[in-house]
Amino acid sequence: MTCRQYKDLMMGYLDDELDEAQRKEFDRHIESCPQCQAEFEQFKKLKSLTDSVKLAEPEDIIWEKYWSGVYNRFERGIGWIMMSVTGIALIIYGLFKAVETLIKDPNVEVILKIAILAFITGIAILFVSIMRERLYYWKKDRYKDVKR
Amino acid sequence: MQNTKKIPETKKVQGGCGQACSAKRYAASRSREAALIERCRKGSKEAFGAIVDKYMKDAYFIALGLVGNHEDALDLSQEAFFRAYNNIRSLNTKWGFFPWFYQILRNLCFSHLRKRKVRQSHSLEQLTEDEAVVFAGDCPSPDAPTEQMEMQRQVWQAVNHLDDKHREVIVLRHFRNMSYEQIAKALFCNKGTVTSRLYYARKELKEILERQKGGRLQ
Repeated sequence: MTCRQYKDLMMGYLDDELDEAQRKEFDRHIESCPQCQAEFEQFKKLKSLTDSVKLAEPEDIIWEKYWSGVYNRFERGIGWIMMSVTGIALIIYGLFKAVETLIKDPNVEVILKIAILAFITGIAILFVSIMRERLYYWKKDRYKDVKR
Repeated sequence: MQNTKKIPETKKVQGGCGQACSAKRYAASRSREAALIERCRKGSKEAFGAIVDKYMKDAYFIALGLVGNHEDALDLSQEAFFRAYNNIRSLNTKWGFFPWFYQILRNLCFSHLRKRKVRQSHSLEQLTEDEAVVFAGDCPSPDAPTEQMEMQRQVWQAVNHLDDKHREVIVLRHFRNMSYEQIAKALFCNKGTVTSRLYYARKELKEILERQKGGRLQ
């Protein structure tokens, strides 16, 4: 085994992840390799320093209220969906009514009516085109069924 | 109170029937979890509450280790649970809840860190580590507290300067006390990759600390 391969054993040794045979093998290596021994000593000091850092436990009230923090998001999520869907429906309805009024109004010039209809047709074509493109790429996506 | 809680599956059985019992308990725990997930898929928020209860501390402390700030850690870990519930149908029960959930949490944390870096570079703010997250343990002598706390502060700052991939393995190993096998499951990689990442993470951490102290570790 090379020193590089012993470095993997070194991490396992520090973290108590080796079996007895691997520990003995590593012990034998560092007895005969001063570079690995020096590096091992440094890593041991580093591990003891890192282990001394503990993350502060928050107050118990945080854990008691934790679920309500998650639950509130469900409620807000439902609120957002309802608001967005009805908002979009109302805007579309309002626009439809406004266009209908304009088209039916005999005082509005024909050229303006044609421009409004062309504008709406343009938006519709763009929308259909983007949706078709999305659908095409979604069907071609090789990873769409990958689940973790 | 120090944070010494481990992920439930890591708890080693002391004495008694040893590994066989440990395997049985693990299988029972997995089967209970699978039943809860099935209920969640049918829309039971109560079942999801039980899953949140089981993993909330792990989620919070991992987020705290990654983003270094109490408020952000709380918000991100709760958001991760919310997203997990909304996407629970895409969870493959073969892997268990935690590794899948961990992917959601880490993506949220790393995305939050990227946004924070952009905000800081735009506003010329300095990176500030939340020092309240570091907890000093028992101190052996009257001089030790300041010295020890200073050392802990330096280590914490060094951890915060690691790149995302390296900070992640240090947080999981040192602050959540996860085994190599559990880390491998959470990162969807093999134990060899975990060992290798830990080696380079510690090497980088050592170099940062040596630069801060201006010499080798004592």
